[in-house]
Amino acid sequence: MIDYTKLVASTAREIKPSGIRKFFDLLNEMKDVISLTVGQPDFETPWHIREAGIESLEKGKTYYTSNSGTIELREAISDYLDRRFTLKYDPQKEIIVTVGGSEAIDIAIRTLVGPGDEVIIPMPAFVCYEPLVELAGGKPVIINTKEENNFKLTPEELKAAITPKTKLLVLPYPNNPTGAIMTREDLEPIAEILRGTDIAVLSDEIYSELTYGRKHVSIATLDGMHERTVLASGFSKAYAMTGWRIGYVCAPREIAEHMLKIHQFAIMCAPTTCQYAALEAMVAGDEDIEYMKGEYDRRRRFIVKSLREIGLGCFEPEGAFYVFPNISGYGMTSEEFAEKLIYEKGVAIVPGTAFGACGEGNARISYAYSVKHITRALELMDEFLRDHR
Amino acid sequence: MTKLLKLLEEDGRLTPDQLAVMLGKETGDIKKMIDEYEREGVILGYQAMVDWDKTDRECVNALIELKVTPQRDRGFDRVAEKIYNYPEVRSLYLMSGGFDLAVMIEGKTMKEVALFVAQKIAPMDAIVSTATHFVLCKYKDKGIIYGTKEVDERGNSPV
Repeated sequence: MIDYTKLVASTAREIKPSGIRKFFDLLNEMKDVISLTVGQPDFETPWHIREAGIESLEKGKTYYTSNSGTIELREAISDYLDRRFTLKYDPQKEIIVTVGGSEAIDIAIRTLVGPGDEVIIPMPAFVCYEPLVELAGGKPVIINTKEENNFKLTPEELKAAITPKTKLLVLPYPNNPTGAIMTREDLEPIAEILRGTDIAVLSDEIYSELTYGRKHVSIATLDGMHERTVLASGFSKAYAMTGWRIGYVCAPREIAEHMLKIHQFAIMCAPTTCQYAALEAMVAGDEDIEYMKGEYDRRRRFIVKSLREIGLGCFEPEGAFYVFPNISGYGMTSEEFAEKLIYEKGVAIVPGTAFGACGEGNARISYAYSVKHITRALELMDEFLRDHR
Repeated sequence: MTKLLKLLEEDGRLTPDQLAVMLGKETGDIKKMIDEYEREGVILGYQAMVDWDKTDRECVNALIELKVTPQRDRGFDRVAEKIYNYPEVRSLYLMSGGFDLAVMIEGKTMKEVALFVAQKIAPMDAIVSTATHFVLCKYKDKGIIYGTKEVDERGNSPV
């Protein structure tokens, strides 16, 4: 019998499985759960976008595109980023169309991080940065952002984490799972620390269209930051296109040319059908965003108020479609809380520890659900909290 | 407050409390606005969307195209009034194009609808011609797609 422990490379073997796999296994076993766990829109992709994908198939657009994506799509992305966020990227040399924001993050990290390099990751955050950094031989340096700072990254925390080995700062805002954002005023002192260093920024802006009240500001628009920023984004959240797996990464050409090599050898090009759908989203999708954002915003207000009413303190999220209430007052860990809630009331939420140890004491609740669904779930949560008070 | 009206148009059962939170207003203000909309006839009513095909109740719908001679001074209003007062008439629109009035009729059977057209509508003085089209299948009405159930197909991967 072959020795699999020798067969599987140590780098792969040493990747820690997601800490809450047990929880998701439980969730997938249970029937008739009222779930508030999903990290994707409840809208279907707008029909005109789907039609553009279908039409491309009907017209026989079934070939590879150029490695970095069709030039039409890259030009449309360039226009879009300028139009909505005043970001300037050259479609010829600085934009690569990727298989979702995930690939964008992957090739950015693999391009920038080598053995021994330190990567600063503010948590709680989406789970992929740490393992990807480790796969590249780098060392994740975690900053535990704090609820009292509304889960923003503070300049003091950043300064304390920087060492001579620091290579990259991951900036995951608007944030999954907390819903925190970084305003221009929040970003400026961060940029001030980085200016004049050789530290790059990976700005994961997948939720950039979903901010409520104020427009998202990309750190790449601040003085001196464009040259050191890699921007990862995509179509999944803004256009309800999660299943299409299509995104993009933008960077100065000196970085982009190396990312393109990894993309070329690992992926070849993003799926052609999805590129045509994405093009339609870029040129004719602004109204879809407004519509969906309006819906999320109404649900956001509703869920924050309702959570506070049933006694769960909750800082006001300004981005994405999650709330991250504090559940620490019930004598249970986040995971115990979530498990009991499923068993006793059939309601599923994600323990905060899924997004890093510092998520202990909180839970992520998604409001990518109908108001009716949210109302029912919160009624049951209210009963649960009364039972455990 | 177009937003308030749009929300109610989509779901007439949202409570003033819920609407107030969603729109960032006071519950009292929302109640006042709804009262005013109702008084002014901006909000005309609240109905449930029923898929009768899923029930035992027999019912057929038809679209009747009417060509009409308009009346001096009154145009189409008088004849429209005579038609819409029948409870069988569910909707009535004045149209541009090849005919004048579009009448949506609901009845128990095709025969009942046909008789209604023949006995009540066609004989009216102003009616020049009628063409009756029965609805065979309702796919979508008032923005709601028929025949689908609410199933959440989103995968539960840890995102």
